[in-house]
Amino acid sequence: MQPGKGHLMIQFDAVHKRFPNGTTAVHDLSLEMPEGGVTVLVGSSGCGKTTTLRMINRMVDPTSGTIRVGGRDVLDQDAADLRRSIGYVIQQSGLFPHRTVLDNIATVPLLLGHGRRKARARAAELLETVGLTAESGKRYPHQLSGGQQQRVGVARALAADPPVLLMDEPFGAVDPVVRTQLQDELLRLQKELSKTIVFVTHDIDEAVRLGDQIAIFRTGGHLVQCATPSELLARPADDFVADFLGAERGLKLLSLTPLKDIPQAPAPEGGTWELALDAARRPLHWRTKNTGEPELPVRPLRDTDSLLAALNESIASPTGLVARVDADGALTGVTSRDEIHQHAGQAHAEARVAS
Amino acid sequence: MTIDWSWIGDHTDDLTTLTVSHLQAALSAVFFGLLISLPLAVVAHRIRPLRGVLLGLSNVLFTIPSIAVFVLLLPVSGLTRTTTVVGLTIYTLVVLLRNTVEGLDSVPAKTKEAAKAMGTRPLRALLTVELPLALPVIMAGVRIATVMSISLVSVATYIGDGGLGQLFTDGFQRNFPTPVIAGVVLTLLLALVADALLVAVQYVLTPWTRRRA
Repeated sequence: MQPGKGHLMIQFDAVHKRFPNGTTAVHDLSLEMPEGGVTVLVGSSGCGKTTTLRMINRMVDPTSGTIRVGGRDVLDQDAADLRRSIGYVIQQSGLFPHRTVLDNIATVPLLLGHGRRKARARAAELLETVGLTAESGKRYPHQLSGGQQQRVGVARALAADPPVLLMDEPFGAVDPVVRTQLQDELLRLQKELSKTIVFVTHDIDEAVRLGDQIAIFRTGGHLVQCATPSELLARPADDFVADFLGAERGLKLLSLTPLKDIPQAPAPEGGTWELALDAARRPLHWRTKNTGEPELPVRPLRDTDSLLAALNESIASPTGLVARVDADGALTGVTSRDEIHQHAGQAHAEARVAS
Repeated sequence: MTIDWSWIGDHTDDLTTLTVSHLQAALSAVFFGLLISLPLAVVAHRIRPLRGVLLGLSNVLFTIPSIAVFVLLLPVSGLTRTTTVVGLTIYTLVVLLRNTVEGLDSVPAKTKEAAKAMGTRPLRALLTVELPLALPVIMAGVRIATVMSISLVSVATYIGDGGLGQLFTDGFQRNFPTPVIAGVVLTLLLALVADALLVAVQYVLTPWTRRRA
């Protein structure tokens, strides 16, 4: 198998899993996960998403069907060897409480028989990769915050540079602000590393943010739909998926569309409201000629920001105009509320047609 | 009851020999107790149906009066140190086995799962993850077993051993309290020092338990 995007890294072929107590966790699952892509498995609890994930590294073996990783049937491989070749991040990090952060990260390289020195050097490198200080390497897991522990969990999974990363609700136990940070970091890391990631969550917003494709499961282990986020939001396969996506799925779709293709006009000058700029032409606030009225805050948007952010800002802006800036934050123009509305409608229409 | 200090001065060599012998008997018992309990505890921990059987058995052994144990052992090993150590070992099992099983039970499921998911094989997981994390509870058992053994050694006086216990029979027979008092004080000191050393050992072995966030 050639490396590179588009090839299949993980294949499920007619996989069933029944537990000894008689419950069916996964029912006739066929699913393909492309190399270098993020596949998010979502669904309410008991839908089989975690069992699906755990079958990839043989923490659970299927009752029937085949699972291939990199073209090889997982059941043909020694379970411990297979697990060492696949990164695994668990909820609440599952770090070893009796090992320092550095030794936690070095776990798999040590199991693979790399020397302690080499393993620790690699671990120190990874501390930096996941945004932790070198000093934190000497501490024990319980001395770190929940968010920091999750970063260590990610670093530990990356230590042996595995092509596949399994993440089981890794950010489920941290507060929303930290969760957003960790999601951003994961997206940044993924841009650099291009791992094949399988990510389990019950949070549909997290799925939409992180997934290249999203697989929605229903209780009883049925895969209902697997599609890109925009396809899923624009054309849910049935009412179950539509309900799961929630009432704001139209808005979620807008969150996936970047602003860059939306035209802009010159900023208004001399009208009732004007943008105040600093010396580098960075917008500071909206100011008015009418005496007595206060200045209003402005949140300038870049081309990479979403149509959803633009819609939100256009509602808040006194003129209905959204200030647009370049990568350095200097004003490039404004876009009107009408323009944004029109493109929002278009984005929906296009997503429906494309899918 | 007065202490005859000159008797103590004249018998320092004897007292030292008896103390060393006493400690040896107790420590051997704890050592062999651990040697037997560790594998049995792993079995009891992993195979649920055996847990009740093994813990029950160690309880039953514990209820046999100590003199009876020595008497029962006499036909096998005679009036020897072996009889003393075997007898004492039987009594350490109840604490060591129970605490080791409980220690292994106390290891968080998430941690064991992580070890497995990282590709750690079962034996290595036991040695490098489960036992270290069970150590605080196991050490609590070792401390009790050690102190208990140190106090029990004296019973072996009945079979001609007994370390410092010999001072008690000597004192009683001659109606002379000094050896008895010396024996009690030395036994107490042994127990205190051994316990303090074990606390220190645990402190060194479990660095992760003492650094607070």
